Amino acid sequence: MIATKQKPFEEILESLEGEKKIFIVGCGDCASLCHTGGEEEVWEMEEKLVVEGKEVVGTVVIDVACHTLKVRSVFNELKEQIKQADGLLILACGAGVQSATQVTDKTVHPGLDSLFLANIRRHGEFMERCSMCGQCILDITRGICPVTRCAKGLINGPCGGAKDGKCEVDSQRDCGWVQIYERLKERGELDRLRRYQAPKDFQRTVKPGSLILELPKKGIAK
Amino acid sequence: MSRLREELEADRFAITAEIVPPKGTNVQETITTARSLWKFVLAININENPHAVMRMSSLAVSRLLVEARMEPVFHVTARDKNRLALQSDLLGAAALGIENVLVISGDHQSLGDHKEAKPVYDLDSVQLLRMITTLMSGRDLAGGALDGTPVFFPGAVVNPQGDIPELEIIKMEKKAAAGAQFFQTQAVYELESFAAFMDQIKHLETKVLAGIVPLKSPRMGRFMNEKIPGIRVPDELIERLEKSSRKEEESLAIARELIAGCRDLCHGVHLMTIGWYDKVERMLADII
Repeated sequence: MIATKQKPFEEILESLEGEKKIFIVGCGDCASLCHTGGEEEVWEMEEKLVVEGKEVVGTVVIDVACHTLKVRSVFNELKEQIKQADGLLILACGAGVQSATQVTDKTVHPGLDSLFLANIRRHGEFMERCSMCGQCILDITRGICPVTRCAKGLINGPCGGAKDGKCEVDSQRDCGWVQIYERLKERGELDRLRRYQAPKDFQRTVKPGSLILELPKKGIAK
Repeated sequence: MSRLREELEADRFAITAEIVPPKGTNVQETITTARSLWKFVLAININENPHAVMRMSSLAVSRLLVEARMEPVFHVTARDKNRLALQSDLLGAAALGIENVLVISGDHQSLGDHKEAKPVYDLDSVQLLRMITTLMSGRDLAGGALDGTPVFFPGAVVNPQGDIPELEIIKMEKKAAAGAQFFQTQAVYELESFAAFMDQIKHLETKVLAGIVPLKSPRMGRFMNEKIPGIRVPDELIERLEKSSRKEEESLAIARELIAGCRDLCHGVHLMTIGWYDKVERMLADII
């Protein structure tokens, strides 16, 4: 899932300046789990905007806001409400916001900042474990990612800045390399650490990424 | 050939020191400091944005030293440049008469004065050393032929008293295999454990210069024990300094003892004087 954080309300208000009628869009997936753009947060945002003198002409929480086709069909169903709006406030990740951009001519405002690809540790606790680098080396490290867990993304061993097993960047955060070392040591596989890792190939993650599958026709029709 | 390389290869005890470039364009003081050190050392390391604090480039100050007939150790940091910039700076360094190169990952930018900066770390220190070795073979990292092949004396850093010695040594082995011909260490205060470290790495064909940082005060000792990764100042040293009525003289005596002890353990010492540039002669009194 994508971890998100709501922008400061003052910043949201600033972006809505000059617009009176607002339509709010939430996301039923990641932003709901993050408590940034689910039913409750959309409702809270509506209240806050009304207090600030805005008119909320409608709200909707889309199942998965990054699914552009779904957003298009939901916006079609609600086109009368959306038509009245001066602008749309989207409480979803950047992908969700851009689904909206693609299917409406209305001004679209992001209400959240997108942070990282998250693992859910427990309710309300999100951890970054994968950086989507396009060249997975989890096999070598036996399942702990140095690209993500090392603040510097070093792939040939630690930087030497760790103190008592904690990262130089944050004394509360475990050094990823100490974790990898402990895991490999426990498994009697320290030799894996001795292997030279070549520089990463950043061609694999040239922006913007796209992935187009050649699916059998009936798959597409479905 | 660099003097540093010549002396290390001849198995003569080598002394290096380091200086910090200016924050600004006034290089006078930097050069004056370098000159005062030059009387006692073989080469002078020029830090690159140390502690992630922005300063004049190591390359520029290294060249200023060359012009002043001194020998620099040019620092190359993985934090600030991608492989294109690293290679072009290295070719530039070679053309500017710079041979000694020290490779470091670099403190994370969040510890420095430009916390908002984008970290690069395109290569890590091991890959960076290997890239230098590749350049020295007449090719760039992409395999392209170089018109004119640089000659470097590449070095790296190691922490003999890291939290996990085994992990530290694995990384050191990788750096040596990638081309590091000398190592400068984090500050050493315990000769016994340093000797044990040297024993563990004796299979490596590489030169080791022990880091010497004068213990200026008991407070500094306690601070380093608490905050600085891989530095262990024994309580006896802190107490010794505490009891002394002539603290500066005692600090220098401790440095002298460590330096003398290193003579039998490794191939040289690297002085990080943290401002005590004018006291280097007294630190080295026993061996010069």
